[in-house]
Amino acid sequence: MDSTIALALPRAPECSAARSACFHCGEPCLDGRFERDERVFCCLGCQAVHDLLSESGLGHFYELNTGPGVRIRETSAKEQWACLDDPALQRRLLDFTDGKTSRVTFHVPGIHCVACVWLLENLFRLHRGVGSSRVNFPRRDVAISFSPAEITLAGLAALLASIGYEPVLTLKELEKRTPSRAGQRQWLQLGIAGFAFGNIMLFSLPLYLGLDALTRPVFRSLFGGLSLALALPVLVYSASDYWRSAFRSLRRRTPTLDIPIALGLVALYGRSAFEILSGRGEGYLDSLAGLVFFLLCGRAFQQKTHERMAFDRDYKSFFPLSVRRKSKNGEESAAISQLKVGDRVILRNSELIPADAILLNGAAQIDYSFVTGEAEPVPRRAGDYLYAGGRQIGGAIEVETVKAVSQSYLASLWDHEAFRKNNDDGFTSLTDRYSRRFTLIVLCVALGAMAYWTCAGDAARAIKAFISVLIVACPCALALAAPFTLGTAQRCLARRGVFLKNSAIVERIARVNTIVFDKTGTLTQSTAAGVRFIGKPLCEAERRWVSALTHASTHPISGRIHDSLGAERDSATIASFKETPGCGVEALVDGHPLLLGSKAWLERRGANAGQACCLPANTANSACLAIDGAVRGAFETGNALRANTEPLLQQVSCECEVALLSGDNPNERERFRTLFGDESALRFNQSPLDKLEFIRSRQQAGRIVMMVGDGLNDAGALRQSDVGVAVTEKAGSFSPASDVILEACQVPQLGEMIAYSRSAVRIVRLGFGISALYNAIGVSIAAAGVLSPIICAVLMPLSSVSVVLFACGMTTWRGRSL
Amino acid sequence: MNVLLILIAVSLGVAGAFLGCFVWAVKSGQFEDTCTPSMRVLADDATQLNRTSNSSSETNRDRL
Repeated sequence: MDSTIALALPRAPECSAARSACFHCGEPCLDGRFERDERVFCCLGCQAVHDLLSESGLGHFYELNTGPGVRIRETSAKEQWACLDDPALQRRLLDFTDGKTSRVTFHVPGIHCVACVWLLENLFRLHRGVGSSRVNFPRRDVAISFSPAEITLAGLAALLASIGYEPVLTLKELEKRTPSRAGQRQWLQLGIAGFAFGNIMLFSLPLYLGLDALTRPVFRSLFGGLSLALALPVLVYSASDYWRSAFRSLRRRTPTLDIPIALGLVALYGRSAFEILSGRGEGYLDSLAGLVFFLLCGRAFQQKTHERMAFDRDYKSFFPLSVRRKSKNGEESAAISQLKVGDRVILRNSELIPADAILLNGAAQIDYSFVTGEAEPVPRRAGDYLYAGGRQIGGAIEVETVKAVSQSYLASLWDHEAFRKNNDDGFTSLTDRYSRRFTLIVLCVALGAMAYWTCAGDAARAIKAFISVLIVACPCALALAAPFTLGTAQRCLARRGVFLKNSAIVERIARVNTIVFDKTGTLTQSTAAGVRFIGKPLCEAERRWVSALTHASTHPISGRIHDSLGAERDSATIASFKETPGCGVEALVDGHPLLLGSKAWLERRGANAGQACCLPANTANSACLAIDGAVRGAFETGNALRANTEPLLQQVSCECEVALLSGDNPNERERFRTLFGDESALRFNQSPLDKLEFIRSRQQAGRIVMMVGDGLNDAGALRQSDVGVAVTEKAGSFSPASDVILEACQVPQLGEMIAYSRSAVRIVRLGFGISALYNAIGVSIAAAGVLSPIICAVLMPLSSVSVVLFACGMTTWRGRSL
Repeated sequence: MNVLLILIAVSLGVAGAFLGCFVWAVKSGQFEDTCTPSMRVLADDATQLNRTSNSSSETNRDRL
């Protein structure tokens, strides 16, 4: 299943082999183990869910899939959902309510497999108040009917969160969902075209086989009349979208493929009506219905690919629905849209700053990784200005908003002119360029044939040839080649963790000749792999102590050091733990005093710096360790280069110009100079606007630019570039607006991805070639004025089907070696 | 030969009825989600088993 891959977490390879996987969520059990009935769990949360499910008779959940659950994060506090009890909010969220029964649709990104669907549809076993629930897997929605008397909306959300399916409530959810009328219309158009195609074929067969000679002439006119009647809804209703877009392109004076299609349809129906009504022949109505049916099939395929894979995000999908606001009588929950300038907001651990604000009190450690892409949280003091989009790490803080949500830094980044520019401008797709020539050639040939026969003195034949050319040149196969090839390519890429905004992006990727990389988070990653210990290696006991100390701390550097040690957690006793913000942590571990923090702090605390000569000068990314009062060494948490970055750069720099843009300081310039080669541009200390300007300057130099970045500070550049590739650690998590979402572990495959896109475009060209061949055969018959309905009825489906099979087959075959 | 006329009328009638069914199915939203039912069927057996063993929740479901 394509879409399940979207949520498969990249697992750390170094730990999955040695340790056992959690029975509930399937993630490796890293620290400490929770066991029940010989089953292992990675955390208490997973174990609790397992117990709850077993008690409610839902143990079958685990038989459907291995490790089907979602890891329980500790962040979801009960009061987080309190805002859902606000009646105004409820009115907007509920699909339906009559006081006794309510119905709500939650978006739950955590849904990822059969077991999830089963568990959520059996939710009624977990709580008396829940009625039926129904999952829409492609949309990751669950519609639940419940009795508000027994369970509140907030309670329902908390229930879902407690079993790991935390509903996502964002501003975007509040804007009314548009019911999919368009989808229904499409199915009806397709159904009617198919119905008419089959039935008209039935009436045409006796005529093709010459059976009409055996029957009375009344059947001939009856079949003709019925065919005309059946073809009318196809022409008027099923093909209505082609009429509309043909008119639109005529008004814009840009010839698209829809014009020859519309011309062909008119010619087909007009000619057939004339033949049938005058009793001269049987017409081409089966070809007409078949043509529309195949075209609609192609569009349905395109639509289905689009629905499954496509994404379109703006800043609204990142903001939470509500925040805790301080009011006269304590705290209250307020919808984010009600937030006014001057409101005081309480932010807890890992909550997002909703609008630009001033910090009033509390120890703020703001993680701007979503905005800037830089991993280390920055400490802020009371009175400091906080930008929207940052995330508080640690204790609760109180802030006062100074701008409305819609005017804050984040929103203004999104509103930057680069974001409003229409990306389609100036980029003509392969189909468009081809169809421009095609339309002109067809018209020339048709007029030429008419002129020829008129000169030859055969006026009837002149008109017949003109119409025949229009009929046979109807570019059905041509119209199908690109959607099927590019759609299949999009599916193949999604299977490899590369998600495209729409299938037209494949064509753009193929034309890229300049690739610009962001550094932090794109080429480098901040994980346990980047942690180095400088000094004499630690012995087993010391590793245990440091592991215990760092586990007690919430600071992200501690977390990374802890992960890199990988020792069992509960093996050391820890006492008098103290964390001094901005300095470090200290504790008595197994009776030994341990200090871990900045070099200056250790010196102030009187640690004997006997070996301190080897300590790194850069204090931001390092933590010094002192055991028993003596400095032992330091942990350096540098950003490690992603594996296989070197081959990737070698591969892409053969064909493309490469460049590096970083918001960081240039102290790694030399390292990247050797990686990127001497000619490439390496720029450091770049602001979001600098990055955008760099991309623009390359584009003005006539380059087709691909930008690969992760944070919101790349957002402008991503949007300005011809192909913006957003790198994300996990599909479905935060990423700025872009054309492509790339799973972080797939970054080294970027070169392959470009090569694949290029071959997809080659396949489209070949498809065009094949359909042009069919058209040439058809047109030469038509121009001679001898096109019979049966040739038309065979040639048309044959060309369409063969082109579609060729396109899908070649693209899938090429995708297998991806 | 008049039997042919009747047969044509009948065949068009039957086909029209199916078309009507299709239109009804589309209108009633059966084509909205064509993916989840294929997953639901994989888990269906267990639901049947559990339903008999867990009749109290079942009545609760019926009530709503």
